[in-house]
Amino acid sequence: MIKILPFIEHAIKKPIWDCRMCGQCVLHSTGMTCPMTCPKTLRNGPCGGVREDGNCEVDPTMQCVWAKAFGRKESLPLPQSWRDHFNDLRPPVDMQLQGTSSWINLITKRDQQVPAGWQRNTRSDHGL
Amino acid sequence: MSHLRQLLEDSNEKIFTSEFPTIDGAGMPRVIALAQRFSPWFDAVNATDNPAAHAHASNTSVAIAMKAHGLEPIMQIACRDKNRLAIQADMMGASLHGIENLSLMTGDDVTAGDEPETKRVFDLDSAQAISIANSLNGGKYLSGRAVKPPTNFYIGAVENAAAPPLEYRVQRAVKKHRAGARFLQLQICYHPDRLENFCRGVASAAPQLHLLPTIVLLKGARQLHFMNDKVPGIDVPLNLISRVEKSLDQSEAAYELALEQARHALALPGVRGLHIADFRHDETLARLMHDLGRIPRTISNQLQEQL
Repeated sequence: MIKILPFIEHAIKKPIWDCRMCGQCVLHSTGMTCPMTCPKTLRNGPCGGVREDGNCEVDPTMQCVWAKAFGRKESLPLPQSWRDHFNDLRPPVDMQLQGTSSWINLITKRDQQVPAGWQRNTRSDHGL
Repeated sequence: MSHLRQLLEDSNEKIFTSEFPTIDGAGMPRVIALAQRFSPWFDAVNATDNPAAHAHASNTSVAIAMKAHGLEPIMQIACRDKNRLAIQADMMGASLHGIENLSLMTGDDVTAGDEPETKRVFDLDSAQAISIANSLNGGKYLSGRAVKPPTNFYIGAVENAAAPPLEYRVQRAVKKHRAGARFLQLQICYHPDRLENFCRGVASAAPQLHLLPTIVLLKGARQLHFMNDKVPGIDVPLNLISRVEKSLDQSEAAYELALEQARHALALPGVRGLHIADFRHDETLARLMHDLGRIPRTISNQLQEQL
């Protein structure tokens, strides 16, 4: 079961969120919008290249992932506790988790492990 | 302590920064000539990191050369070309050479450059890079391994007040401040209302964060069109372009626009100075500085010895 879990997770999350299986899912805190679909894989907000129409600098046919996330954070019926995490400072992606199941990593708290030098006080407060 | 840090943290002086032109050969004589040109006007100057995704002499090497010739560098690091190991190595290398000012950014995409087939890295984003520089200041690499003694970086970042989602830009600036940024160099903004809203928002949410909006010196409407069409994240309203385009003296009209923007920006809350990008390369830079009341500094002793 554990072995096939990544396939099940991908089968569900790929069609809905275009999941890239980073193994450290943050969808709940990003307005249910996957930051790994940003061409620059930015996990802490939009770059400065967003077009006037809100579309992506790299792919003008696509809405900026973070513009979408920012809108959805309010428009989707999400728990307030999820919204409160929107401005958290997310650590660099752990490339060792690529392709693994974020569900397992959530339960085992493996997705919470960060390098020892990463500053821990990265939670946002007052919504900022 | 860097001169820039002293000015921003311990004085009320308006400060001016700029961008060092890219170096593509021509050796040290070119660096010396440019240092001579910039030195009277600017408190610190950015050593760029492959701007607009074009390869040039590296950020670290140019920053070292600038410093050697009496010009205080702000070393830019973009996240586009290097992974976290290489970025930390560049930071430590800069520190080794006494370079303390950093300006950390995501970087234009590779498709903005002349080698769009390049692999994009983006192993870190700008907020993470800021946090890592701050960790080095706290005596640790990202891994937790010790840095002894700790680095003494004065950490800066960038933000684009005019790019969507507009309401989010202040929050992003505050996030960067929380990660360790002390100053922000802002992208050129042709929407005064957006710049104003942004500066007011930051000044109220993060009063310790120093803002340096960019002013660009251009020759005329053709360059404004270029900015609007080609530079990612920059929108120039058409009425502004036509104001310059329809004037009898485009060069003068473009200058007046820049001066107007500079005066507006300097009056905004949180703004401690300007970042000036000169694409005219003529006497206009001196004129702008004069019109803003900036008195030229004498060329530094170090530079005089080189000449």
